[in-house]
Amino acid sequence: MTTDALTIGAGRYEEVERHDTVVTQTFGFWLYLMSDLIIFATLFATYVVFSHSYAGGPTGKELFELPYVLGETFLLLFSSVTYGLVMLAVHNGMKKWVLIGLAVTFLLGLGFVSMEVIEFHKLIVQGHGPDVSAFLSSYFTLVGTHGTHVTFGLIWMAVMIGQVAVKGLTSPVQSRLMRLSMFWHFLDIVWIGIFSIVYLMGVM
Amino acid sequence: MFGKLSLSAIPYNEPITITAVAGAVLLGLVIMILITYYRKWTYLYKEWLTSLDHKKIGIMYIIIALVMLLRGFSDAILMRGQQAIAAGGALGYLSPDHFNQIFSAHGSIMIIFMAMPFLAGLMNIVVPQQIGARDVAFPFMNSLSLWLTAAGALLIMTSLGVGEFSKAGWSGYAPLSGIEFSPDVGVDYWIWALQIAGIGSTLTGINFIVTIMAMRAPGMTLMRLPLFVWTIFATMVLVVWAFPVLTAALAMLTLDRYLGLHFFTNTLGGNQMMYVNLFWTWAHPEVYILILPAFGVFSEVAATFSGKRLFGYRSMVWATAAITVLSFSVWMHHFFTMGASPNVNLFFGIATMLIAIPTGVKTFNWLFTMYRGRIRFDTPMYWTIGAIVTFAVGGTSGVLLAIPSANYVIHNSTFVIAHFHNTIIPGAVFGFFAGYYYWFPKAVGFRLKEDWGKRAFWCWLIGFLLAFVPLYVLGFMGMPRRMAFYANPAWHPYLLVAALGVAVISLGILFQVIQLLVSIRERRSLADPTGDPWDGRTLEWMTSSPPAVYNFAKIPVVDEIDAFMEMKEKGTAHSRPDKYNDIEMPKNAAHGLILGGLAFVLGFSLVWHVWWLAILAALGMLVTVIARSMDDDIHYVIPAAEVERIENERYRLLASVAK
Repeated sequence: MTTDALTIGAGRYEEVERHDTVVTQTFGFWLYLMSDLIIFATLFATYVVFSHSYAGGPTGKELFELPYVLGETFLLLFSSVTYGLVMLAVHNGMKKWVLIGLAVTFLLGLGFVSMEVIEFHKLIVQGHGPDVSAFLSSYFTLVGTHGTHVTFGLIWMAVMIGQVAVKGLTSPVQSRLMRLSMFWHFLDIVWIGIFSIVYLMGVM
Repeated sequence: MFGKLSLSAIPYNEPITITAVAGAVLLGLVIMILITYYRKWTYLYKEWLTSLDHKKIGIMYIIIALVMLLRGFSDAILMRGQQAIAAGGALGYLSPDHFNQIFSAHGSIMIIFMAMPFLAGLMNIVVPQQIGARDVAFPFMNSLSLWLTAAGALLIMTSLGVGEFSKAGWSGYAPLSGIEFSPDVGVDYWIWALQIAGIGSTLTGINFIVTIMAMRAPGMTLMRLPLFVWTIFATMVLVVWAFPVLTAALAMLTLDRYLGLHFFTNTLGGNQMMYVNLFWTWAHPEVYILILPAFGVFSEVAATFSGKRLFGYRSMVWATAAITVLSFSVWMHHFFTMGASPNVNLFFGIATMLIAIPTGVKTFNWLFTMYRGRIRFDTPMYWTIGAIVTFAVGGTSGVLLAIPSANYVIHNSTFVIAHFHNTIIPGAVFGFFAGYYYWFPKAVGFRLKEDWGKRAFWCWLIGFLLAFVPLYVLGFMGMPRRMAFYANPAWHPYLLVAALGVAVISLGILFQVIQLLVSIRERRSLADPTGDPWDGRTLEWMTSSPPAVYNFAKIPVVDEIDAFMEMKEKGTAHSRPDKYNDIEMPKNAAHGLILGGLAFVLGFSLVWHVWWLAILAALGMLVTVIARSMDDDIHYVIPAAEVERIENERYRLLASVAK
């Protein structure tokens, strides 16, 4: 009886000696994304509450230029597609294509952030800054928080381009690329929410 | 150059504050001189500050908690002393300004910097061992969480000597906490201390969910988890759900204050109730974040010291889960007077009362665990029984407050103060103390002396009742909370009794300090060579006390709830393996310490609007994170021979006790 338990133990125990770090890291990062999503949920809720608190200032209908925002959206969506191609290249061990794909994704993301900065700059110069009304406060905060996330994604991506170039596609590098991929697609999904709730419903 | 910071920020014309600051600085200097004299800086840096060992991180968390307990309790003494004097025209020794800072600091410190580190410390020490793991899932992130908490605590301590603290209460209600009504730096200290520590807590939450889900020993199914692990799991789910809301709410308040936005202002469309709603969306679950781990401790202690398996294990798990879910549906009971419709108030009133059901299930399960058990009355059991009895009263007064119509009458009175201290002191603090006495020998290798522990317990229990029962009465007499002085002489006798209560609790804390010192001096006679001083039931008692850095030379295999008790009954608890393997453990890393230090600098420079320093600190943090992410060589290997040497030593000790 006792020896039985021990022999079974020995066999089962060898498996757990090393936990699969990539799976653990992915799971942990997934939880981080969910906690981040709660920050966005809070900002979305606040935006919806304040979506008509114009305080005599401009409304979304007067401010938002849908074609311009559609351009931003396409940049971000295409960058998600190219990042998907990066992950395919990672699985096939094609280092050169990984680097090219990351560079293209980086440029698309940079284009998105630049367009958003220009849009914000224009609004502020025209006197429609975030301190005008609760509506604009919540608009700038929600969209700006997403933009800040994309910016950090870009910094991360630059670091990963360096790591792939120097270290190659080692297992830790692959794990990081995987997590950056989750982050990037996550930001895409949040943007879909922003596009629909802020911009589409804003001009309706 | 230095933003708003100038020499006038140091409160040298406030004798009480400056004495406290001088005392704290002097104490810090003495400690530093002692460390230098004994040449312990290298040891401290290598073995503790940069350690990724979950047990050492846990001990450091508890040190922070105990230090902050002393700070928060000093605030309590000042408040109760003031209210005992400032009756019927007397003004007492605290200006209203100072009094407001003190109650704001007391609440913020006790919840964020005493209770949270205490629970983080206990779970760090215990959870990996209880699930048969060698470390947490992300050891580096664990160290980062610790140092972010420490940075927040340091920031709140700094506010004592440089500038001032918030006067807007621990909940920082807008618009009082907005720039219009609080133009000075106090609220900024409060914001950044909570923000930095809160991010640390979120990371801890992620870390322990993954640890509990992915690192369990083979055979340890979810329904075989020790109940403490279950409550920690539920708590960590609450942390990851709730803390981001605080992060967002504080960020919006920050934007209001720093950039003139209009989330929570009175003007231009802002809405102060939005802040109150968001704050309690975090803060109500936060109450359960504090209490659930203590429920876990009570469950472990009740089972161990009754010599029985926990009664109703499954119902305990479901009760924990029910509390977790319900805790998100009751936040509005903190402001029934907001003016929502009666139906909304009714919903939240009923949801609040519902929580009493799973809590009652737990209470009865503990009682039935003790029923017909062979109860041993060691100190952890004292705290547990004391908590169950007093917590029942606190919970009942909560059900009373959950009735919206009654709430309208006693809202914002000392009845509310009495209620939540009556839940949090027995429900959280007594639980953490029970855990502290229970796991102390496991963490450091010797027990705490029982006699001083029991004296401390009686002082705490009696002092607690003396301090808070009068506040229930005062609440019915109509006394509002947070009064620096008052005209009604009828309140005075009750406040004198409450002050006496605080004096008795002070005695309890003094006894705990004495107990610690006496136990350290007598550590040889109090030593625990077996690793199992209480005849424990769960896996943490299988390791030596203190455990080897890897906890388990061989990962145990679990077949039952109370796995270690089962092994002891079968006689397999300490069977030697045929051979040992190499063990891989995380290397020490200084990045967590550096990030914590930079987070403190960032917070401090943001409080004082020293923008260049804030930018430098933020860039420094970014560079540190990137540097850490470049490092692939983060493990070291303990060779099998070394493991064998450590284990042989342990078996020699075990054998010497058996003789």
